Amino acid sequence: MIRALSFICLVILWQAASLLSEPRQLPGPIIVAQTIIGEAQSGALLTHLLATTLRVCAAFLLAMSLGMPIGYMMGRIRTIDRLLDPWIVILLNIPALVVIVLSYIWLGLTETAAIGAVALNKLPNVVITIREGARSLSQELEELATVFNFSVMNRLRHTIIPQLGPYIAATMRTGLSLVWKLVLIVELLGRSDGIGFQINLAFQLFDMRLLLAYALPFIALMLFIETALVQPFERRVSRWRNNDA
Amino acid sequence: MMLEVSIEAKAFISDKNCSKSILNTIRFCLKEGEVGAVLGPSGCGKTSLIRIIAGLDKDFLGAVSYPRSWRLGVVFQEPRLLPWRTIRDNLKISTPHEQQEYCAKLIDIIGLSRHLDLFPGQLSLGLARRVALVRALAIKPDILLLDEPFVSLDEQLAQELRRELSRIIDASRTTTLLVTHDIDEAIALSDRLYLFSKTTPASIQEVFVNPTPRQALTPEAAKGLKQKIVDSISREQIK
Repeated sequence: MIRALSFICLVILWQAASLLSEPRQLPGPIIVAQTIIGEAQSGALLTHLLATTLRVCAAFLLAMSLGMPIGYMMGRIRTIDRLLDPWIVILLNIPALVVIVLSYIWLGLTETAAIGAVALNKLPNVVITIREGARSLSQELEELATVFNFSVMNRLRHTIIPQLGPYIAATMRTGLSLVWKLVLIVELLGRSDGIGFQINLAFQLFDMRLLLAYALPFIALMLFIETALVQPFERRVSRWRNNDA
Repeated sequence: MMLEVSIEAKAFISDKNCSKSILNTIRFCLKEGEVGAVLGPSGCGKTSLIRIIAGLDKDFLGAVSYPRSWRLGVVFQEPRLLPWRTIRDNLKISTPHEQQEYCAKLIDIIGLSRHLDLFPGQLSLGLARRVALVRALAIKPDILLLDEPFVSLDEQLAQELRRELSRIIDASRTTTLLVTHDIDEAIALSDRLYLFSKTTPASIQEVFVNPTPRQALTPEAAKGLKQKIVDSISREQIK
């Protein structure tokens, strides 16, 4: 309820601000809404939205599926941790833009380069979070699994993943927001479709209407994914905590 | 076929790189179906002994041997349940498929039927300990290791559980090692009783054999045995 009220306040503020400023610099919500509808009807909005969403999903899944096993191994096996730790620190500190530009130079302006660059930027974040989780795995439950002869599958499903759940949820959350921001940048720099490409176009034409008409639906979509997918997952993995005696 | 324990020494490396020796020579064996009790004060190395026999601690001098086909059931000192699974799932996960029916029977006997859908965090300690007991018994172990299984339960419940446990291990002829600091509990459950010394590193100070089969232990015999144990403990303290 309060959230909705706060949202309405924002829209009213926006309208007021647009009335005070030049329409070219800040078009009001109604004009932007009309532009969104227009772009949607022509099919352009959907095409670009889909292109960006697919890139976000691909980069996100790539970073998670590589980062989780690496982070787990680093958290469990000391030698691997020592071996890979410098790499992770370097990767963590290279500016995203450098990775993106390098990857475009080496691999060309391709889809692989775009998705790979975003995934590589996200990777150290996943690794570090999962490593922290793997380090804090309970020794007692490991012993339990050993004594009761848990199969590898059962160990994973019932003792390891539930303990890593909160860490996975945390890295998913920060990951998603990082990935979609970066995807817009790789699109701006080297792709010919997607929201980032359209925003670049709008910027060159100095078309605020178009810029907002592409930015807002995309933000809405990401908010939807966050509340409809990520948050329920987070609640699910911590469900057992909320059952106090 | 028996459980043979022959430990020469067990030490922990403490922080300052110096080792602290906790177990001295410990030698005993339990024949199939026999129940042994290790009696000693808290912190005397009883849990270390259980961990060594369970194969969780391999850093010791000596050997533990039992037939390879024997299955091991352990009741840890704390219930050690998976907090994110219901009681039903906790039991289901650790019980092999062919033993699920037997597990259901145990759930009935130990009185857990009403609590199956709860999470471990919702249980009292007494209930959680009962779940841990059922979990260990349900795999039909050949060796059952019990680490203070009834500590900090009210006496009435503890007695009731001891009776049930005794009945179950008698029926299945399970070789059992019980570790406890409660003299009455040790007497009530065991055929042989190993009294650990109070000194560190601990060793077996004296072995008591229950005079009658433990199933037919009379209150007088139990009293006599208890007196002997108490005497032995106080003799050591004087020394």
